[in-house]
Amino acid sequence: MSSMLASYLTLAAILFCIGLYGVLTKRSAVIVLLSIELMLNAVNLNLIAFSKYGVVPSLKGQVFSLFNIAIAAAEVAVGIAILIALYRNRATTNVDEFNELRN
Amino acid sequence: MESVYAQYVWAVPIAPLLAFLVLTLMRCVVKGSAAFIGVGSSLIACVLSILILLERLSASTNVYTVNVEWLSFGAVHFELGYELTNLNALMLVIVTVVSTLVNLYAKGYMADDERQTVFFAYIGLFTFSMLGLVISPNLLQLYIFWELVGVCSFLLIGFWYERPAARAAAKKAFIMTRIGDVGLLIAILILFWHMPNHALDFQSIGQVFASVDTMSQYGISAGLATWIASLIFLGAIGKSGQFPLHTWLPDAMEGPTPISALIHAATMVAAGVYLVARTFDIFQLSQTAMLIVASVGGFTAIFAATIAIAQRDMKRILAYSTVSQLGYMMLALGLGAVTAGIFHLFTHAFFKALLFLGAGSVIHAVHTQNIFQINGRGRSMKITAWTFAIGALALSGVPPLSGFWSKDAILSAAWESNKLLFAIGVVAAFLTAFYMSRLFFIVFTRAKRVHTEGTDSPIHESPAVMTIPLVVLAVLAVVAGFVYTPFYSGFETWITGVAASDHTNVIVIIVSTIVALSGIGLGYFIYGPNGVREDRWSNVIKPLYHLVERKYYVDELYKLFAVYPLKVLGKVLDVFDRYIIDGIVRYTASCTVQFGKLFTRIQNGQLQSYGLLSLYGFSALLLLLLLLGKGLW
Repeated sequence: MSSMLASYLTLAAILFCIGLYGVLTKRSAVIVLLSIELMLNAVNLNLIAFSKYGVVPSLKGQVFSLFNIAIAAAEVAVGIAILIALYRNRATTNVDEFNELRN
Repeated sequence: MESVYAQYVWAVPIAPLLAFLVLTLMRCVVKGSAAFIGVGSSLIACVLSILILLERLSASTNVYTVNVEWLSFGAVHFELGYELTNLNALMLVIVTVVSTLVNLYAKGYMADDERQTVFFAYIGLFTFSMLGLVISPNLLQLYIFWELVGVCSFLLIGFWYERPAARAAAKKAFIMTRIGDVGLLIAILILFWHMPNHALDFQSIGQVFASVDTMSQYGISAGLATWIASLIFLGAIGKSGQFPLHTWLPDAMEGPTPISALIHAATMVAAGVYLVARTFDIFQLSQTAMLIVASVGGFTAIFAATIAIAQRDMKRILAYSTVSQLGYMMLALGLGAVTAGIFHLFTHAFFKALLFLGAGSVIHAVHTQNIFQINGRGRSMKITAWTFAIGALALSGVPPLSGFWSKDAILSAAWESNKLLFAIGVVAAFLTAFYMSRLFFIVFTRAKRVHTEGTDSPIHESPAVMTIPLVVLAVLAVVAGFVYTPFYSGFETWITGVAASDHTNVIVIIVSTIVALSGIGLGYFIYGPNGVREDRWSNVIKPLYHLVERKYYVDELYKLFAVYPLKVLGKVLDVFDRYIIDGIVRYTASCTVQFGKLFTRIQNGQLQSYGLLSLYGFSALLLLLLLLGKGLW
């Protein structure tokens, strides 16, 4: 049983890393947002895996992941809205052209 | 007899000090009456010191001292106070009389000057310092006032500071005298170290250095006494413009002429002579020191007299004459003839102040100091011409004027102890008579042979406020000598406190009279109304004349051996400072800046690079934990 936990965790880790890679390297803001979703899903997977195969199995983890999905949906909505606003102002969605933090 | 006025000696310097304070603090209020305050305060001081002198002449000769504790730490006590001896009672009178007359004279001379108030304030400060110096009961207090008169001299030489020459002269005077002051300071420190109870007052010094026995009793070796005396004399050399530190005094003539009369002829420059006379006990115990004093004095007397022959600036001639006469005084002191030295100081103060004020009167009228430009135009100034003539005769040593008696006293002292120095003194006396007659004949009697353009405006006599001091000083220059003639030596007894015999020396009297008259005769022959032209004889001995005219190139030598090396050293240090010290500072700063720039490149505003950086940081932390072996769980 515990071998199942390890493979879930490995999968989650791989997903997280892919997401992280996307966040750090992709120029398009849309893909960055998608990569963030990927990372969130990796976390959800972790929660579910522990709720099933953890030391004290319970439903709490699955409930948490449902919350996460809902919040992620809201977050994406906000993110896309900001992105559209940015696009209207700057006519681009390339992340590397947004360096307002510098000034 | 109870001393009445002696108790009020402290008031003598206070009067000019008050004048200084009033003139400085209420400059705007008292603007119109600055001269009045100056004259008034010095007149008060003058009357008081004359009363003190009269009292001392008639009454007891014991020393009147008052001391107040100033500083005290452990066993060391420093005291301030005042002391009245016959010597400094005489000095008080000299200083205050000359100061009063100069103040009065300056009222006319400086009438058009905008900074008149400042001028009279400085004179007040100077008079205060000089009087304070004179009545100081100990060396430390004397040193304080010694520096104060130096400051006043600096301020007044540079009074017309808009003239670069005046600024340079002021700085030169300050620095040159400072060299001597260091010597005096070291002497004071040595005395402080070796004297019992660290006493610095003149009475203790007199007791310790009373004789060789008492000196060795207090553990002071003869060599040490020589050192102390020589270092004190170094201070006197600086202040009294003796060779080799004399160069500042002629340059100091850039100051207003009343100042030249007061500070650089009558009083401050005589402070060196006074200092040596005051600490004479120390000198007396060292043959070497006495010889140094006598030879420096003798050499300066003849050295400066030769320079004075070829100068063209009226005041400079008088300045070199002052240097020469101060050399005479030192010569007398070095020969042990304190009374003769002080007596010459006394007479010299009057006739040299007279000469300077007379020169100022002429300069005021013709607006030039070059005697060849004045060229006989002083003729129309009758009072100035006559009083100047009296001063010149007194300085030349023509009997029975004051200068004759004092010079005679010095020469007869030299005759008795050192024939070489006597010869030097005689030659210097001849030169003195010669350059004074040259100056007088060119300025006052010469026929108008050369017309310089724009000088035809008639020359008027100076106002009464300037001529009255001249007349008073002329009278003093005539009569002051009768205080101490070869036939009457009460003055010596009074000054030294030791009964003295008359010092009549017929040979010396005859020699000095002949020398003075022949000097004047030669001057008349060359520069008189029908005299030969100067270039006749100056061409004959051209290299020598040139050497003398350029003051033996002493200034140039100093420039070469002191000023330039110091400037080079300054340059080297400047480069060191600029490139090494500053370089280190700048390098540190630029390192910091570069280091900071490194991190500004990280802060590029790119969100992704921030993310990456935090990932690196997180990974590094994890790695650290693993390496430390703590484990992740």
